[in-house]
Amino acid sequence: MADHVDTLELREQFDTAEQQKDASTLGMWIFLITEVMFFGGMFLAYTVYRRAYPDVFAIASSSLNAVIGAINTGVLLLSSFTMVMAVRAAQLGQRKTIILFLTLTLFFGGMFLGVKAYEWNEKFQEHHIPGQAAFHLEGVAPSEQGHAQLFFSLYFAMTGLHALHMVIGVGLLSFLMIQAAKGTYSATYFTPVDVAGLYWHFVDVIWIFLFPLLYLIDRHLGKPL
Amino acid sequence: MTGHIDSIKTYVGVLLALLILTAVTTAVAYVDLGPFSVVVALTIAAIKMLLVALFFMHLRHSNQLTKLVVLGGLMWLGILLALTLSDFATRGWLGVPGK
Amino acid sequence: MITTAAPEREHYLNASYGIKSWLLTKDHKRIALLYLATITFFFFLGGAFATLIRIELLTPTGGIVSSETYNKLFTMHGVAMVFFFLIPAIPATLGNFFLPMMIGARDLAFPRLNLLSWYLLVIGGLFALFAMLAGGVDTGWTFYTPYSTTYSNSWVIATALGIFISGFSSILTGLNFIVTIHRMRAPGMTWFRLPLFVWAHYATSLIQVLGTPVIAVTILLLFCERVFHIGIFDPALGGDPVLFQHLFWFYSHPAVYIMVLPAMGVISELISVYSRKPLFGYKFIAFSSVAIAVLSFLVWGHHLFVSGQSLYAGLVFSFLSYFVAIPSAIKVFNWTATLYKGSISYDTPMLYAFGFIGLFTVGGLTGLFVAALGIDVHVTDTYFVIAHFHYIMVGGTIMAYLGGMHYYWPKMTGRMYPEGWAKLSAVVIFLGFNLTFFPQFILGYLGMPRRYHVYPEEFQVLHVLSTAGASVLAVGYLMPMIYFVWSLRYGQLAPANPWGATGLEWKTASPPPVHNFDEPPVMTHEAYDYSTVIQEEIEVG
Repeated sequence: MADHVDTLELREQFDTAEQQKDASTLGMWIFLITEVMFFGGMFLAYTVYRRAYPDVFAIASSSLNAVIGAINTGVLLLSSFTMVMAVRAAQLGQRKTIILFLTLTLFFGGMFLGVKAYEWNEKFQEHHIPGQAAFHLEGVAPSEQGHAQLFFSLYFAMTGLHALHMVIGVGLLSFLMIQAAKGTYSATYFTPVDVAGLYWHFVDVIWIFLFPLLYLIDRHLGKPL
Repeated sequence: MTGHIDSIKTYVGVLLALLILTAVTTAVAYVDLGPFSVVVALTIAAIKMLLVALFFMHLRHSNQLTKLVVLGGLMWLGILLALTLSDFATRGWLGVPGK
Repeated sequence: MITTAAPEREHYLNASYGIKSWLLTKDHKRIALLYLATITFFFFLGGAFATLIRIELLTPTGGIVSSETYNKLFTMHGVAMVFFFLIPAIPATLGNFFLPMMIGARDLAFPRLNLLSWYLLVIGGLFALFAMLAGGVDTGWTFYTPYSTTYSNSWVIATALGIFISGFSSILTGLNFIVTIHRMRAPGMTWFRLPLFVWAHYATSLIQVLGTPVIAVTILLLFCERVFHIGIFDPALGGDPVLFQHLFWFYSHPAVYIMVLPAMGVISELISVYSRKPLFGYKFIAFSSVAIAVLSFLVWGHHLFVSGQSLYAGLVFSFLSYFVAIPSAIKVFNWTATLYKGSISYDTPMLYAFGFIGLFTVGGLTGLFVAALGIDVHVTDTYFVIAHFHYIMVGGTIMAYLGGMHYYWPKMTGRMYPEGWAKLSAVVIFLGFNLTFFPQFILGYLGMPRRYHVYPEEFQVLHVLSTAGASVLAVGYLMPMIYFVWSLRYGQLAPANPWGATGLEWKTASPPPVHNFDEPPVMTHEAYDYSTVIQEEIEVG
């Protein structure tokens, strides 16, 4: 039986390092489209109910702080920038720069999550948590409070699932940082940084859609009295 | 991804475009565009998605198979949305089966 | 007759010993056997529930179990069979074992992910098993809301969690297969030289990857609604239970093709080798597999014809449902054409293949009946539908699975199964199956509803026939359990290629070495080229 090489850069099931890199990258892209379908189910529910209850959804949306949402969006976009810079540093084999940009990405990611926690707390204070007896959205008739609950159910489900993915991303990046500090990555082997970057950017793309769909529904109507 | 290493300038440019588009979509939400509000919002979001995908995710340097995978995934989401909405959008058009 | 082995050559079964070498293995062949154990357990668990159902249905007024318990029986039968047996069965056992070998690779692209997939199935299965033992779940395997979210007092959450976790097993396996087929084919192994088993698993993997995430998020929303009372499907809040059904069936319809496509892949292999002829219309079969995968996503609304879904959408879905039958029919025609002027042997796997073609045809034709909106309004939620899908899943998939298990048993274990007993059990299964399920077409057409255990007296004769058939079927399924295990110790030693098949998996020893091939293989001829194979004669029986 032939002796097979089995290193990080070239696992025994692969014939060349390039084959391995290609396979890993393709694998991550396929995983990302499973995530598209996963979030997609929620986007479907959102679409169905926004079409059904457009006025209530607009009022509910206006109870969110659009400026904070926009700033948070900017923070996440910044984190995508620092992530791709980390990948670039890996391509160039610059160990310290990888760690710098991964740290910045983690920083911005953490900031995003912190702001999210603040926003969620605000919803709790305002009695906008669905499923609770105390739920009440101002400016909406009693018979339509249920529809408002649907908006917030979707708001928490979608931003919650998104936040969970961010937390997983934070875990991944922390692992990468440890590996980078150990000198595991070089210009010839940095696939984990590359595919983690793809994951991180994808989570950003989800937010790119969540922001306008949740925060910016018919803002021109203004807040109800 | 092959040996393409994009310049820092490219990435900064994309970041700035993304931040500007975010500001635009927020500001435009306060303008009354009627039914076009959602079209504009989704279009801007789609452009941002393309920028992130093509530049940050290196899709423009990727092979055909990867591009096909992405296209396929988006198409499949489209099928889910379109066919389900074909029910919700047409309720009451023709009545109920069996009656 | 005991055959003692010569000084043992090293292969994947004896290369390492101990529980850790199995539970921490990266070898796709060992992982396939781990899966085999798991799905066999769930098959018999699901079968136990089916036995109780059939016993209860012997009498028109029930009496052995209460209505609440009966609801749990058919639910748990469905959950066990669909999610923990049929979905993983062929891909995770035969697919895992043979896909790398068929393309000439040493393993799948991501071996550790493969092992994780198995653990996810086991963990999901444990959750479901816990729910079953703790009191059961009674919502139907379809979990329709608002009963499942609001009113059911059974172990919905545990079962839902189990299905959610096992879904990721399916997704990761599909991902693994797609990358493997694209990136790890041996030199000379072009797409159109691949065995059709590989094409079938490629198409299956597309469905697993695109469909399963949707049921995952649906179950997640169900979970949130039940636990946190956030109402997405709650009519009291303005939610729509039909939305749940759309999301559920968007996966669950393509899921039935996850169950049948790999079976078709097995049948392609069996028909070819036991006719000693290349498959007729190779490219048509290959493209039909992918066409089925794509079209399967466009028809789910045929499960919602009487749900309150708009009639307009119902018409669209009904129309599209006819199209998905076409590639399936093309395959049946091509298999049949392969038989023409072939040199046919009637070994056990071929008996299963014949059984498949007949029973799948009946199931497929009755699928056309229910695809017609007008007919479906009459037969929906009756035993007609139950008979239709059991003809496909049991008469189709399970027959193909058993055919494949017999065909590949020599390669996997290095032993031949006893041909006489195997032929007998194939016949017993075929007869038992038809006696069980054909009466159900009649029952359904006459109006016997599904999921009821109390029924009008005039249906009793048909129910008794069906239960009698189920007893025969049970015997038929137990027989391979016994003789397969027997063969591990007493079966005749198998040569590398007992069937004279083409394909790279037959060019290596039985059982195969750890890394599949002693020399990296190169594919130098077209698929199913029998001129390249010397038939090794073996003594049978």
